Amino acid sequence: MDSAQILLAVMWVGLTVYALLGGADFGGGVWDLLAGRSRSGMPQRRLIEHSIGPVWEANHVWLIFVLVVLWTGFPLAFASVMSTLYIPLTLAALGIIARGAAFAFRKASTELWQQRLFGGAFALSSVLTPFFLGTVAGGIASARVPPGLAAGDVVGSWLNPTSLLGGVLAVLVCAYLAAIYLCDDAARSRTPELAEGFRRRALVAAAVTGAVALGGIAVLHWDAPRLFSGLTHRALPLVVLSAVLGIASIVLLWLRRHLLVRAAAVLAVAAVMWGWPVAQYPAMLPPALTYREAAAAPVVTTTVLVVAGVGALLVLPSLVWLFLLQRRMPYDADASH
Amino acid sequence: MTPLAVLAGPASPADLVAARTQMALSLGWHIVFACLGVGMPALLLFTEWRAHRTGDAEYMRLARRWATAVGVLFAVGAVSGTILSFEMGLLWPGLMGVYGEVIGLPFAMEGIAFFIEAIFLGVYLYAWDRLSPRAHLLSGVPVMVAGVASAVFVVAANAWMNQPRGFDLENGRVTGVAPWAAVFNPAMPPQVLHMVIAAFMVSGFVTAGVYAVALLRGRRDRYHRLGFLVPFTVAAALSPVQVLAGDYAARFLADYQPTKLAAAEAVFPTGPNAPLHLGGLVIDGRLRYALEIPSGLSMLVGFSPGTVVQGLDRVAPADRPPISPVHLAFDTMVGIGMLLLLLSAWLALSWWRRRDLPASPWFLRIASVAGVLAVIAVEMGWVVTEVGRQPWIVYGTMRTFEAVNPAPGLWVGFAVVAVVYAFLTVAVVYVLRHVARTGHVAPQETEP
Ligand code: HDD
Ligand code: HEM
Ligand code: HEM
Repeated sequence: MDSAQILLAVMWVGLTVYALLGGADFGGGVWDLLAGRSRSGMPQRRLIEHSIGPVWEANHVWLIFVLVVLWTGFPLAFASVMSTLYIPLTLAALGIIARGAAFAFRKASTELWQQRLFGGAFALSSVLTPFFLGTVAGGIASARVPPGLAAGDVVGSWLNPTSLLGGVLAVLVCAYLAAIYLCDDAARSRTPELAEGFRRRALVAAAVTGAVALGGIAVLHWDAPRLFSGLTHRALPLVVLSAVLGIASIVLLWLRRHLLVRAAAVLAVAAVMWGWPVAQYPAMLPPALTYREAAAAPVVTTTVLVVAGVGALLVLPSLVWLFLLQRRMPYDADASH
Repeated sequence: MTPLAVLAGPASPADLVAARTQMALSLGWHIVFACLGVGMPALLLFTEWRAHRTGDAEYMRLARRWATAVGVLFAVGAVSGTILSFEMGLLWPGLMGVYGEVIGLPFAMEGIAFFIEAIFLGVYLYAWDRLSPRAHLLSGVPVMVAGVASAVFVVAANAWMNQPRGFDLENGRVTGVAPWAAVFNPAMPPQVLHMVIAAFMVSGFVTAGVYAVALLRGRRDRYHRLGFLVPFTVAAALSPVQVLAGDYAARFLADYQPTKLAAAEAVFPTGPNAPLHLGGLVIDGRLRYALEIPSGLSMLVGFSPGTVVQGLDRVAPADRPPISPVHLAFDTMVGIGMLLLLLSAWLALSWWRRRDLPASPWFLRIASVAGVLAVIAVEMGWVVTEVGRQPWIVYGTMRTFEAVNPAPGLWVGFAVVAVVYAFLTVAVVYVLRHVARTGHVAPQETEP
C-alpha cells in the first residue's frame, strides 16, 4: 500500500463517520420537521435538541476534515468536483450555515415565534443539505465529473437520475439513523412513549430506505452502468452485507433490542458507504481518473498522514469522553424553556 | 430547465468580480467570529478562575453570561468557516487544483485544532454542572489553546499566498513540494503575531463595549464595572504591542512585498526621502488631497531620510493593485490603532492617579465603540493584505483570474450568498442583543 492509498482510506473513514454522526444530526432535523404542531411536537423536539446539542459541532468537523484531506491529498479531484458541481455544493454550504446558525439561535431565543422561525430554518436545511450532498455523490459516481476546471456540465452533472437517487437516499439514510439513535436515547431516558414513536418512525424509514435502494438498483443499471457492474461484482459482498444488516435492524427494532439496532444500522450504512469506492476503485473520478493520477506528491500524503495520526491521538480520546458525558447527561422531559 | 437558463451563459469578467466579492464578504464575515473564537475563551476562563479563587458571585455571573454568548458565536464561526472551506474550491479551483497540495498541511492542522475546539467546547458548555469546578476550568483550556492554534495555522496558509515557498515550478507543474517550508514561510511570523493580537483586542474591546454602554446608562454596580474592566484591560495592554507588531509587518513588507507597501502608502517615485501620506485619493495616477509628512516613510522604514523606498513606478500599471482602497484601508487601520492606544493610555493614567475609571463621560463613550473600531481595523488590515496583493492570488506566481472557477453564472451564486449573509447578520445581532438584555441561558446551563 502506498501513502496515497492509505490517505484515501483515511479520508473515506472520515466521510463514513461524518455520514454516521453528522448524518444522524441532519436526520434529527428531518424528524424535527415532521414532529407536528408546536405543542404536541415539543417533547420530540426537546429530545432531538438534547441529543444533538453538545455534539453537532464536533460531528460537523468531520466534513471539514474530509474536504481538507481531499484538497491536500487529491487536489485535482477536489478542483474538478468543486468547480463542476458548484451549484449543489453552494446550496449545501448555505444549508449548513442556515442549519448551524438556526440551531444555535433557537437555543438562545425564548419567544415562541422566534423558536418557530429558527426551528423551521433548522429543519428545512436539515433536509436540503444531505439532499444536495447526495446529488454530488451521484454525479461523481455516475461518471459525470471529468477532470479539469468546470469540465463537466454544471447542470446535468447533478440534475440526473443517479444524483436524484443519491439525494433522496441520503435524506432517507439520515432519517433512518436518527430515528434509531433517538429511539435508543428515549428508551434510556425512560420516556417510553417517545421511544415508541421513534421506533415506529425507524421502522417506516427502514422500509422506505430499503425500497428506494432496491428501486435504485434499476436506476443505476440504466443510468450508471459502470457503477452498477461494480456494485454487482466486486462490491457485491458489501451490498449484500448492507441488505442483510438492514433487514436485521428491522427485526431487532421489532424486538426492541435498541442497542443492537444501533449497531446493525451503523454497520449497514457503513457497508453501503464502502461499497461505492470498492465498486469504482481505482477510479476516483470515473471513468478515467484514478486516485493515483489525482494524488499529491508522496511527501505531501505521508506528511498529512503523520499529522492526522498525531491528531487522532489527541482527538479520538477526547471525542470518546464527550460522547460518554453526553450519554450520561440526564434528559429531563419536563424541563421547560 | 428554464429557471437555470441564466447559468448557461459564458463565464464573464463579472463572474471574477463576483467571486472576489463573495470571498471578501464571507471572509470579512467569518473573521469577526473567528476573532471572538480566538479571544473569548481566554477571557471566559480568566473570569471563571477568578470566580473560584475569590468566591465572588459577580465573576461567576459574568462567566455564565459570556459562556452563553460564546456558544452562539462559536456556532456561527464554525458554519461560516465551513462555507469558506467550500469556497476555496467553489470559487478558486485553479488555486486549489495546482497548489492545494502545497498549502494543505496548515489547513489539515487547523482541522485538528477545530476538532479539539469543538469537542472541548461541547464539554465546557454542556457539562458545566456535571464536572468539578477544577475539571470544568481545565476543560476550557484546550478550547483556548486550539483557538489560537487554528488562527496560527490558517494565517500561515494566507501568508503563503503572500510569500509562496516550498515548491518548484516546471512548465507550470508543481514539483519538489516541501510542505513544512510552505507553512513556515517568511510572511508567517509577522502576520500571525499581528493577527493573534488583533483577535484578542477585538474580543476585549467588543466585550468591554457592551458594559461601557451599561455604565453610561448609569448601571454602575460591581457586575458592570468588572464586565468592563476585565476585558478592557486585556485589550488595552495589547494596544501598544499591536502598534509594534504592525510596524514589524510594515517593515517586512518593505523587504518582501514592496509593491504592497508602496500601495499602502501611495508612493509612486522610487527613491530616498519617501514621504508619509495621510489620506488622499489617487486620481489619474497621482495622489491628491493627502497630508504629506516629508521623508516620513523613509524614516519609518530605515530610521533615516536617506532610506530608499521602492515606489509604484517600479511595477507596470497592469501589475499594480488598486491603490486608493489599499491606501485608505491602511490609514484607517493605523488611525484606529493610534486611537485605541490613546484610549488605553487614558485608562492607565487615570488608574495610576486615582485607581478609578476616567471621570469624563467621553471615555466611556469612546470605549463603547472601541470594539466596533477594532473590528474595522481588522477588516481594513485584511483589505491591505488581500487587495494589496492583487493582481496576484499567489504573489508573483499565479494571477487571480487564473484561479477563478470558469463555470458560468458565479454572480448568481454571489447574489444568493449575499442575501443569506444579510439575513444571518440581522439574526445574529438580534439574538446576541437578546442574550445581552435578558441573559437568557439555555436549559442545560441554568445556574444552580
Ligand atoms: C486590532 C486590529 C489592528 C490594529 C490596531 C492594527 N492592525 Fe495592522 N492588521 C490587522 C489588524 C490590526 C490584521 C487584520 O490582523 C492584519 C491583516 C493581515 C494580518 O496579518 O494582520 C493587518 C495587516 C497589516 C499589514 C499588512 C501585513 C501583510 O500584508 O503582510 C500591515 C503593514 C499592518 N497591518 C500595519 C499596522 C500598523 C503599522 C498598525 C499601527 C497602528 C496596525 N497595523 C494596527
Ligand atoms: C487567513 C486566511 C485567508 C485566506 C486563505 C484567504 C484567501 C483569499 C483568496 C483565495 C482570495 C481570492 C483571490 C484574490 O482576490 O486574491 C481572497 C480575497 C480576498 N480576501 Fe482573503 N483570505 C484570508 C483571510 C482574509 C480575511 C480574514 C479577510 C477579511 C477580513 C480577507 C479579505 C479578502 C478580500 C477583501 C479579498 C478580495 C481581494 C480583491 O478582490 O481585491 N481575507 N482571500
Ligand atoms: C485570519 C483568518 C482566520 C482566522 C483567525 C480563523 C480562525 C478560526 C477560528 C478560531 C475558528 C473556530 C470557530 C470559532 O471559534 O468561531 C474558525 C472556524 C473555522 N474556520 Fe476560520 N479562521 C480564519 C480564516 C479561515 C479561512 C480562510 C478558512 C477556510 C478556508 C477557514 C475555515 C474555517 C472552518 C472550516 C471553521 C469551522 C471549524 C469548526 O467547525 O469548528 N477560516 N476559524
